[in-house]
Amino acid sequence: MIEDIRAEAKERFAEMGYPTTHDEDWRFTSVAPIARVAQALLPAAPALLPAQIPGVRICSLAEALLNEPGLVEPYLARYASYQTNAFVALNTANFANGLFIHIPKGAVIEEPIRLVYKSFANGLPTVSYPRNLIVAAADSQATIIETYEGSGGTYLTNSVTEIVAGDHTVIDHYKLQTESPNAFHVATLQIQLGRDTNFRSHSLSFGGALVRNDVNAVLSEGSECTLNGLYLVNGAQHIDNHTSIDHAKPHAASHELYKGILDGKSSAVFNGKILVRKDAQKTDAKQTNKNLVLSEESVINTKPELQIHADDVRCTHGATIGQLDAEGMFYLQSRGIGKVEARNLLIVAFARDIVDRIKVEPLRDRLEKLLLEKLHGSRN
Amino acid sequence: MSLLEIKNLHASVAGREILKGIDLSIDAGEVHAIMGPNGSGKSTLAQVLSGRDLYQVTAGEVVYDGKDLLAMSPEDRAREGIFMAFQYPVEIPGVSNLYFLKAALNAIRKHHDLPDLDAMDFLGIVKEKMALMEMDQSLLNRAVNTGFSGGEKKRNEIFQMAVLEPKLAILDETDSGLDIDALKIVAHGVNALRHPSRAMIVVTHYQRLLNYIVPDYVHVLAEGRIVKSGGKELALELEESGYAEMVEA
Repeated sequence: MIEDIRAEAKERFAEMGYPTTHDEDWRFTSVAPIARVAQALLPAAPALLPAQIPGVRICSLAEALLNEPGLVEPYLARYASYQTNAFVALNTANFANGLFIHIPKGAVIEEPIRLVYKSFANGLPTVSYPRNLIVAAADSQATIIETYEGSGGTYLTNSVTEIVAGDHTVIDHYKLQTESPNAFHVATLQIQLGRDTNFRSHSLSFGGALVRNDVNAVLSEGSECTLNGLYLVNGAQHIDNHTSIDHAKPHAASHELYKGILDGKSSAVFNGKILVRKDAQKTDAKQTNKNLVLSEESVINTKPELQIHADDVRCTHGATIGQLDAEGMFYLQSRGIGKVEARNLLIVAFARDIVDRIKVEPLRDRLEKLLLEKLHGSRN
Repeated sequence: MSLLEIKNLHASVAGREILKGIDLSIDAGEVHAIMGPNGSGKSTLAQVLSGRDLYQVTAGEVVYDGKDLLAMSPEDRAREGIFMAFQYPVEIPGVSNLYFLKAALNAIRKHHDLPDLDAMDFLGIVKEKMALMEMDQSLLNRAVNTGFSGGEKKRNEIFQMAVLEPKLAILDETDSGLDIDALKIVAHGVNALRHPSRAMIVVTHYQRLLNYIVPDYVHVLAEGRIVKSGGKELALELEESGYAEMVEA
């Protein structure tokens, strides 16, 4: 029962407390600023339900638990680990109503399902615990867009999304984060993939003072999982992207490309874990993290973490940290393009392959606009 | 008044002096070839004129179209009509050739208080110039120079020049790495752009290119100085006697 789970999560957080930089998973990200204000945070107004889409069940978790417990209870809080992740424990113990999305067997939903979380902290600091459970039954196809935005002073968004994708499903997932510059954003995306699923997730992160994204995927036989990410930070922003891909079964493929752009005194962390279990023969895993560093004061920590227990697999990883290409700058300038525009062109070009992988056109346009806006802001 | 007037130009890279007093005067309508052995400073001169900040000008002056060229940023030089065809055109992944060219052309137009070209007019110009350079239109949507063959890159340079219509074109070893067919296409493109209002500086190591782009003047550069100047026949002389003799003379 969910009440038991919540009580357990609460207890577990009481035992664990907030992570510190002594925890290997939080080595480069101090959540002390969050812990300091945690006691004072007031609950934010609950989020609104997203628009209904024909063919999809969209309702609050509370309503779903009441009317269709059989569709919810087998999944809710079964995947995102409140045992090991303090923020997941906090979310599990505290989420208010949450959101349940069920895509029926065989349904092909063309219209993107949009989950929008807006925070306005125009006074005392607030906290919200968005909680989403998305269950895609076998053979279904859907696109899900989560957006987190906000304005004003200090607030914390602590979100957990669990996606359970049944056999032979095709799921495109996007998360666009444009929180207020003063916000804390800690999010876990937990992905459970069935056989022969094709799952793609794109994490696009622009806002927030202190941001931590955990993306954890567990693959089945024949699953194909793509995790892409783009982060652009400036000022004193800190972003930490932790991904974990669990190749639990054979013949699965994972492709991961995270790209970061850092300016000002910002800092970023990329930690990509790939676990290939003993039975997961014929695994094909590829991980790439590329960073473009625009200032001498920004810091990037990038770390692949490969644990391979099978012997017939292909696993590659690579990380790069580079600056703007001086030759490219001069080439553009020598054609009459001004310095600022040339710089922006090259930065957008760096992000190009991530942008081009976004299939939802309005989202792709928005992303390009956000990139340019933030780049202009960065100069002023 | 000359279009370009170089007086006693000295330039260094990383503290090492490469140009040791260049004097050169170029009028509109003229084509000047600059020849010389490797390391003579030919490419340095081209790069200094286009504003590459790797090189420090330590003495001398350059007056272009009545203005102090050395005080201008690379982009302002381009906007004022200077174009350098790169010896090694730069690959820019993630920026399409078309977008790049449009940004360049509109930046130059803006500088002259002209409105942006509308999409159809721009495409019209681009298609005409591509035909001149015998380039495949698919190159427009590919990233700038990315994955282009050596010949495609050089043709792309002259294609850009044709679109941007400079007043002073500097061709930095545009012939290097080209086979004879590609060389003819490039030369044909360059010759089509010869105009009484436009000057060209053709930097080359070999006389071969000058069979196709016939210069009005030839200058021989050695150890950072112009050691000999003459008409187009000077190139042929060089071909026969080699640089060594000329440099010692």
